Amino acid sequence: MSTIAVAQRPPVWRRLVGFNLLTGCLLGIGGWYVGWFAAHGIVGPSIAYFADVDYNELSVFMAYTCGVLGFLIGLGFFNYPFARLRGYPPSLRVKEGEGVGRYFGLCTDHKVVGIQYLVGIGFFFFIGGLNAMLIRIELLRPDHQVWPAGTYLTIVGVHGTMMMGMFTSGLLGPFGNYFVPILIGARRMAFPRIEALTFWLLMAGGVILETTIFFGGFPTGWTGYAPLNVQSNPGMDCYILFFALVGISMTLLGLNMIATIVTMRAPGLTWTRLPIFVWGVLTTSVLMVLAAPVLIATLAMAMLDRTAQTSFFVAAGGGSAYLYQNLFWVFGHPEVYILALPGFAIVLEILPVFARKPLWGYRLAVAGLLGVTLLSFFVWQHHLFVSGINADLRPFYMLSTELISIPTGITFICGMMTLWRGRIRYSVPMLFCLAWFFNFLIGGLSGVFLSDVPSDVTTHGSFFSMAHFHYTVMGGLVFTFFAAIYYWLPKMTGLELNERLGKIHFWTMFISFNSTFGPLFAVGFLGQPRRVVTYPHNLQFLNVWVSVSAFVLGLSLLLFLYNFVRSLVFVRVPAPTDPWGSKSIEWQLPSPVPVHNFDRIPVFSTDPYGYGETPTSVAVPAGAPAGRD
Amino acid sequence: MSTVTATEPNHAKRVIVAWVVLSAIATPLVALFAGPAFPPGNASAQGAQQVSDNTWMVAVLTPIICLLVVFFAYALTQFRHTGGELVDGPPLRNDNRIQVLWLVASAVVVLFFAGFGTYELLQNGSGGGQGPSPIAVPGGTKLPVQVIAQQWEFTYRYPTYGGLETSELFLPADTTIEFHVTSLDAIHSFWAFELGIKADANPGVDNVAFLETKGPRTFHIHCAELCGLWHGYMFSTGHIVPESQFTAWVKQQQQNFAPVAKYLPPYAKTYYPDPQRRAG
Repeated sequence: MSTIAVAQRPPVWRRLVGFNLLTGCLLGIGGWYVGWFAAHGIVGPSIAYFADVDYNELSVFMAYTCGVLGFLIGLGFFNYPFARLRGYPPSLRVKEGEGVGRYFGLCTDHKVVGIQYLVGIGFFFFIGGLNAMLIRIELLRPDHQVWPAGTYLTIVGVHGTMMMGMFTSGLLGPFGNYFVPILIGARRMAFPRIEALTFWLLMAGGVILETTIFFGGFPTGWTGYAPLNVQSNPGMDCYILFFALVGISMTLLGLNMIATIVTMRAPGLTWTRLPIFVWGVLTTSVLMVLAAPVLIATLAMAMLDRTAQTSFFVAAGGGSAYLYQNLFWVFGHPEVYILALPGFAIVLEILPVFARKPLWGYRLAVAGLLGVTLLSFFVWQHHLFVSGINADLRPFYMLSTELISIPTGITFICGMMTLWRGRIRYSVPMLFCLAWFFNFLIGGLSGVFLSDVPSDVTTHGSFFSMAHFHYTVMGGLVFTFFAAIYYWLPKMTGLELNERLGKIHFWTMFISFNSTFGPLFAVGFLGQPRRVVTYPHNLQFLNVWVSVSAFVLGLSLLLFLYNFVRSLVFVRVPAPTDPWGSKSIEWQLPSPVPVHNFDRIPVFSTDPYGYGETPTSVAVPAGAPAGRD
Repeated sequence: MSTVTATEPNHAKRVIVAWVVLSAIATPLVALFAGPAFPPGNASAQGAQQVSDNTWMVAVLTPIICLLVVFFAYALTQFRHTGGELVDGPPLRNDNRIQVLWLVASAVVVLFFAGFGTYELLQNGSGGGQGPSPIAVPGGTKLPVQVIAQQWEFTYRYPTYGGLETSELFLPADTTIEFHVTSLDAIHSFWAFELGIKADANPGVDNVAFLETKGPRTFHIHCAELCGLWHGYMFSTGHIVPESQFTAWVKQQQQNFAPVAKYLPPYAKTYYPDPQRRAG
């Protein structure tokens, strides 16, 4: 079959013509110029203020909007709607088959989208990480030395925005898309084209954010506070467009996940048999759907402030800077739980496999995830404790913020009791999960100081809070991201990652991570504010220590990249079907998983954590008749 | 741990004993030695109160940290499985007693923190910005001082001395100060690190924060909210001086201020600079 297909393949140039990434990029660039000059035609000549500068805000917004539209046209996202308009029958699938080409375009196979997400987000994670290195180079000395102040702030802003924006889908994108349909016994997501759209919107956003350097960057950091964002360079528009695209992508991804999980579970897969990872994806999706639209609306207001001279956020024009802060954190605090929750779920998903015990307190763990989801909408003003907004509500936000440690503590007790009297194997995914406990303990307990108003007066806006959220986000999300990669990549690619290199990667990353962010608590407590280009001389030793540790952290991530490329491209050791001895259904399928996942839809009779129990297995392998147990 | 068999040692008992011993040693040490070393220090009543708040919190958190350290140290060494074959552990799926105990314990700790934090906050405002209508107000007479933030410096006005405006912050010792923090452009944050006071400067907002100074000293002032290009350089030094020296300083400043007073807007809670007028 495949040999015949190879013989009939058209030449390379012919395959490049069509709806794919190359066409998308070309039409995207073309669309960008169309929007740019069209907007100049509208406002450029007519308003004297714009006449003596080469750009105006509207041209930047229109250029990128038309660019994204061209990009999507080139990728083929409009083919199907037009085909339907012309009377063609409905179809769920696009470009599902074999071959490398499907990775470079619109593909509705959820497994292809998962791998696209992994590589795409990995690429932007790499860029964000490089920005972190550039920040730490500047902070090697207390005086302002390497970067001009504006460039430094742009680097800080791009680092934060890239990480916070891209990593909202950091676990749901690769692993949610790839494994949720498999774990619930489905063959696809509920809306396969929407699924592909979320990925390509995110990639377009990432490129847009990087192009901010051509427009002077932006000085606001990832929060983009008004009214600073109103007076900023046109680079600010790239920030607004990036986060708006991320918001659209998040909303669609969340809706798609909810629809899939609610409607497409296989027979027998009741809510109490659902793998905890699917619960994590579901709760995160709820957060995404409810929080991200607020972000889009806020950025739309910021865009109007910048282009149409409205004054939503400008006090002199009757607006309020509080409005932006309030709206941003209504999105922003659920957003940090969008980052953290899938990490909780991955830890609880992986621990039973390597402790060889059932997940302890399944219902409690689900309640914990739901509790975090609910509470995370009621805590946002703890970011504004010293801002002067709603001073009399501070005790309430202090209470609600501290209450959230109860459901977080539930995740801890469920994980700890799963380890209790287990038969623990220290494989690489397990090491990353155990590191999560350490990191999140420090991140969570430092959060107590930030949630307590009297203590927050000193720690707020200092390097203490910066260290806190790196412990929760990097220690909570990036570590579980790697746990998931080491755990699931053999299934996604059919190839093994080198275990020895993986362990070296883990230990260097774990030690250098703590050596980087641990001292930053002290730096913050000693009075260094966030996002500064210069700092007091007495803090130089700690800052140099942190910088050197950060460089080692960067090297450890390069070591992972080396392991990744070496194992997947050069060495290529085929992975067994179930290398970890897991009872979950994805490990009963061949590696990599065939295009349509299951020949027959499986039937579930228990949850996937039946270690030490009989009957042992619930999963039905591919090709098995439906209903076999 | 009802399923402990006769052949296995009583793991739970070992962990609990080790935890109790470790906590009993560590908690007083942390409370007595680590706690008082916490910033921001005792230069003001608000700073001292934050230190006591931090001490309490870190003392309560110590047994929690001890529990996790002991648990993981024990579990990861005792329950380690070596060898190639896969062996399943006992299928413990639940234990209601542990669940209830954990939930109750974490709820108690959380409620303690929230209650204690609220109590401490209402004592004297803890040095945080409280907006135009503060709820935690220290008693006694207060010296109002306005902090005007702009890109990228702080200026100060003393309404009780005829709206005197200065570029340096001088405060009298042993006095309650009522800061009114506002901004002319972007959001800034007035942070006197050693005094334990932080209040955001929002354009069009009068953000009040209280400070009870102690003895004379100098202190550092930083902007703690990203406010644009030279945010990193928006810092200066302030001084707490004895009452007599403060009066002398005010007199001298008033003389310097007299010729420029007519160019300044009259003292107000907030200022709205003309948005059309561009800085030079």
